[in-house]
Amino acid sequence: MTLTAGLGLKPQHFDDAHACGAPGLWYEVHAENYMVDGGPRIAWLERIRAAHPVSLHGVALSLAADAPPDPAHLDGLARLVDRIEPALVSEHLAWSTWRGAYRPDLLPVPRTRAVLQRVVDNIGRVQQRLKRRIALENPSHYLVFDAHDYGEVEFLVEVARRSGCALLLDVNNVHVSASNLRYPAATLIDAVPAELVAEVHLAGHGQDPVHGAALLIDTHDAPVAPAVWSLYERLIGRIGARPTLIERDEDIPPFAELLRERDHAHALLTMPVAEAA
Amino acid sequence: MKSELSAYQDAFAAALLAEDPQAGAPPELARLAAQPGFAVYRNTVMKACIDALQANYPAVARLVGDEWFRAAAALHVRRHLPSQPSLLLYGEEFPGFLASFEPAREIPYLADVARVDRWWTEAHVAADDPLLDPAVLAALTPDQARCLALRPHATARWGWCEEWPVLTLWRRNREAFADGGGTIAWKGEGVLLTRPVGAVRPEALSRAGVALLDACAAGQCIERAVLAALEVDARADIAALIQRLLEAGAFSGLHPMTAKEVR
Repeated sequence: MTLTAGLGLKPQHFDDAHACGAPGLWYEVHAENYMVDGGPRIAWLERIRAAHPVSLHGVALSLAADAPPDPAHLDGLARLVDRIEPALVSEHLAWSTWRGAYRPDLLPVPRTRAVLQRVVDNIGRVQQRLKRRIALENPSHYLVFDAHDYGEVEFLVEVARRSGCALLLDVNNVHVSASNLRYPAATLIDAVPAELVAEVHLAGHGQDPVHGAALLIDTHDAPVAPAVWSLYERLIGRIGARPTLIERDEDIPPFAELLRERDHAHALLTMPVAEAA
Repeated sequence: MKSELSAYQDAFAAALLAEDPQAGAPPELARLAAQPGFAVYRNTVMKACIDALQANYPAVARLVGDEWFRAAAALHVRRHLPSQPSLLLYGEEFPGFLASFEPAREIPYLADVARVDRWWTEAHVAADDPLLDPAVLAALTPDQARCLALRPHATARWGWCEEWPVLTLWRRNREAFADGGGTIAWKGEGVLLTRPVGAVRPEALSRAGVALLDACAAGQCIERAVLAALEVDARADIAALIQRLLEAGAFSGLHPMTAKEVR
């Protein structure tokens, strides 16, 4: 079955998610939440996996840290990949674990030549251990760096070219970053090479309580914004259909409401125009 | 020599948790920390860690309320960031932190309740493990009882609390295990958590039961484990105790004793 639009899987939606037979539906989970020795959590994911395609989305490999990925963590991910046989595996262009401490966020790096080499090496280690290609996600940006040697797309493309990884294009992150750093989001959306994009993410964002619209935050606590839907249509109009995830991590509504958002993405993906592009 | 990227990550990591992120930062990092967006990272890291502690210590959070819990958790995060790249088991040091946390003294049993929350988390994610067949145990000869040891189930967590009815206090504050109220008998209590199949189940454990499981975990043979139980309670009904432990799923099998000879 071809993956069209998927949903982030939430424990409170287990029964509905398990039973749902929407065409093209798939689920994504944060890999770290299932890297356990045993118990009901992993048993639950295996039941979902028996009924639906699953994508494993890592948040803590810390690919942009100036160190190889934690070997125990990578082993845990490899075991989970063997157990779940995911349709897709992805991670972020970010760091979180550094000198033995984990900071649960997607921390930024300057896009320098040295960082490029480090990220390429780390992705190589991961792909070698998992024996498969991963997709690398563009995070949201909140800071202006003086030290960039590369533009964002240029950097992602170079990482993909050298490591052989694919890209996970988070359209909401593109919108948030472009708004925060004051550049047109469409420029980035138009520049990503179609053949590198293996997956797309869509999510809601919010405004900083102090700085308002001048500082957007990738909150995943709201429906996908109209501006993000527009960018998404622009993207798939150019590159064609790609597995697309609706992410929601806070203020989680009933399953049916998330499914309606998913169905909208599914409809866009299966329109003849998207097929033909 | 330290690479530029390592130096950047050291400085960024320090500024993330520092009271004043710009103070003492190298110039390039201070320029980042001066931007409004830097607070997004500071807030996200802190919130994710506090949320994880609250998720892993729900009985503690209910006892002290949201505001108190999150303030205490924030102090703890600054001392102990997660040491694993995952939040599922974050907070190993939190019960110990509460035990020595001055404002927690008003609720003297808080740290002990926190330990039970921690055991629940550990039992919940522990490896799946077979259950010991009671018939195997029943068929043992006295000689075998002197050279074989009972292996505690991978999900089993237990302990004795001398000062408080810790299991009762914990159950009252874990929604899933509400005991329907009633008067609390203020005396010491033991706890056993197991996960024989599916969900974690809590139950009370006698002092003799705790001693027996401790001896099993130390690799003592069955005979010595029974003696350890009788040592703390000479009138303990050992047959009934072992029966209860088997029913709770506290054992996964038998193995040759590993403990060194004692005495």
